[in-house]
Amino acid sequence: MKSVDSTIDLPALYHSMLRIRRAEEAIANRYHEQEMRCPVHLCIGEEAIASGVCANLKLSDVVFGNHRSHGHYLAKGGNLNAMIAEIYGKATGCCGGRGGSMHLIDNPAGFAGAVPIVGGTVPLAVGAGWSFKLKQKEHVSVVFFGDGCFEEGVLHEAMNFAALKKIPTIFVCENNGMSVYTPLVERQPIRSISGIAMAHGLGVYTGDGNDVVEVAHLAGEAVAKARSGEGPQFLEFKTYRWFGHVGHEFDDDLGYRPDETQQFREDRCPLKRAVQELIQKFGWSDKDFAIMEENVKAEVEAAFQFSFASPDPNPQTSGDHSYAE
Amino acid sequence: MPSSTMDNKNLKTDMRELNFGEALQEAQQQIMERDKSVMVIGEGVADPKSIFRTTEGLVEQFGPDRVTEMPLAENGMTGVCIGLAMSGFRPILVHQRIDFALLSLDQLINNAAKLHYVFNGQVTVPLVVRMLIGRGWGQGPQHAQSLQSLFAHIPGLKVVMPTTPYDAKGMLISAIEDNNPVMFIEHRWLYHLKGDVPKDLYRVPLDKANVVKKGKHITVVTYSHMTIEAIAAAQVLAEYGVEVEIIDMRTVRPIDIAPVLASVKNTGLLLVLDTGWASCGVSGEIMARTVENAFQHLKKPPKRITLPDHPAPTSRHLADEYYPDAETIVQGVLSLVDEEQKLPAQEMYERVRRTSLRDIPNPAYVGPF
Ligand SMILES: Cc1ncc(C[n+]2csc(CCOP(=O)(O)OP(=O)(O)O)c2C)c(N)n1
Ligand SMILES: [Mg+2]
Repeated sequence: MKSVDSTIDLPALYHSMLRIRRAEEAIANRYHEQEMRCPVHLCIGEEAIASGVCANLKLSDVVFGNHRSHGHYLAKGGNLNAMIAEIYGKATGCCGGRGGSMHLIDNPAGFAGAVPIVGGTVPLAVGAGWSFKLKQKEHVSVVFFGDGCFEEGVLHEAMNFAALKKIPTIFVCENNGMSVYTPLVERQPIRSISGIAMAHGLGVYTGDGNDVVEVAHLAGEAVAKARSGEGPQFLEFKTYRWFGHVGHEFDDDLGYRPDETQQFREDRCPLKRAVQELIQKFGWSDKDFAIMEENVKAEVEAAFQFSFASPDPNPQTSGDHSYAE
Repeated sequence: MPSSTMDNKNLKTDMRELNFGEALQEAQQQIMERDKSVMVIGEGVADPKSIFRTTEGLVEQFGPDRVTEMPLAENGMTGVCIGLAMSGFRPILVHQRIDFALLSLDQLINNAAKLHYVFNGQVTVPLVVRMLIGRGWGQGPQHAQSLQSLFAHIPGLKVVMPTTPYDAKGMLISAIEDNNPVMFIEHRWLYHLKGDVPKDLYRVPLDKANVVKKGKHITVVTYSHMTIEAIAAAQVLAEYGVEVEIIDMRTVRPIDIAPVLASVKNTGLLLVLDTGWASCGVSGEIMARTVENAFQHLKKPPKRITLPDHPAPTSRHLADEYYPDAETIVQGVLSLVDEEQKLPAQEMYERVRRTSLRDIPNPAYVGPF
């Protein structure tokens, strides 16, 4: 793990990761009840990237996500109740039930939207970043996407334009080496992803996506540069997806990731690493952890209770918002 | 290409039950054994789930050069497949959701559909694009669209939407052998349905509608999954003396209107069913052609049943009402054949009403989506 300095608030980073972890575990545990009737793409194992990047953002900065965005949404401060309710298809969900897990938004928190078409939000982030520049605001926009998305033409078109206009957009590539069940080597030649971003003219950082301190450090530098007018930045973080591509279960049985074992996962667990650091550098005791666990657990449970108590959306309203007033 | 009648002779002896997905797998496997120029390309075609098992075993049998995983690059890879098709191959490009094919519209519409024409017949594009409509289990607005009319608008493309396992296999084989780009659209809610499928290779034409059920009171024109709903509706209607003629279009470009005109001549009433939206859609085209050519036989203005004119919501509480089904069809039929309301409509609705959850094709269905 990267060493912690005074710019890093590790307890806050850990708290952010723990919220994502516990929220998604609760989703996974209850999914078999078949009440969350939409596809869910869990980011467990990858929490450090969302938490480490978003720790460097202000409320006025905006974040765009993709199909696997529970973590991005929560790390940016998205409302947990509204996310769980959305997955349950409730009227109180962040999209009123229209979107489900794959379409999340929390405008007041600066989470500007997630959609599941791969690459769909990347140019939107560039547009948002350009708007900041045109309005002479010092905000940045951030977009999270996967290694698979790096293959989409739209990403390269967006990077080109962002570099051309020096747009304050941070491109965050969560490289988990997989697109669904297809490994990176079957989709891209052996060469560096970030090298291509560099050739597009972006500032480039690469790091261990399972090390929240390293992520936070690198993202801090990238955000500062983008904010000070140095143009778009590209962060590539290697990480590991624990669950199946979609759904609430491990998929070791499919055999496409031969190295996949519980041990392999835990060796890469971003939370476990932070725990060690909190004990050693911050003198955290069992009690400190227990208190945080207790709080997070209560918050997550409350979100589920909120969803259960929430009304179903009225089918009569299903066509509302097809057009703006 | 051998004529379909020749090839389809003696098939009856070798029938057995397959589901729609298995029929697709078999079509690709059998034609790849025969024709080395046929390739399968797509995200997931060689992965452990093999596009809901429709490409199962192909990479093992034919190797990764002919059954190829692809980068997430729908537009570029569509162009690559067009290039292959211009160069002696017959690629089958597969999209797990039709929504992903939207990224490739430039290549499909500007190149695939135009090259044979603009180059004065010197180039052909024998490309098949398999695309799945992924309705169900909260797929929502970007993963469940029924976009056939978008493709059907384009001269130069063929667009087919088979309903039965028999047609799935026979039409996929015809599509692969066809020298034009064929958009092969598969409804996910058909995948588990079983039917008799010949063991051998056979062909079903890409330009012929199929009269599924004879009837004298009303013509119901349908295709893809709505055919299944229409059959369920017609069974109940028949018990109350309403005889529905059901025509499964199978192909939405070109549209085979002749059997519709012939049927309307007998029934005088037309109800068109669609899996998509109404505006500028396939149902409107069928109605327009009927009105243009058989206006004098229509006793009443034709009607259609389509999706409501807005995107598909995710929450099942919203989506349940979004999709028309057998009950909606019974309503539609009665509104045309029973204006005096002599039949016990409520009783009939109850007979066809689904009692199980409506965001899965049937209670036994275990997905995945
Ligand atoms: C344009 C498009 N093509 C294909 C898909 C299907 N799909 C959804 S997620 C995904 C994998 C994306 O991989 P990656 O970008 O690496 O993200 P990860 O799932 O690994 O987080 C695919 C192929 C899609 N949603 N959109
Ligand atoms: Mg990935």
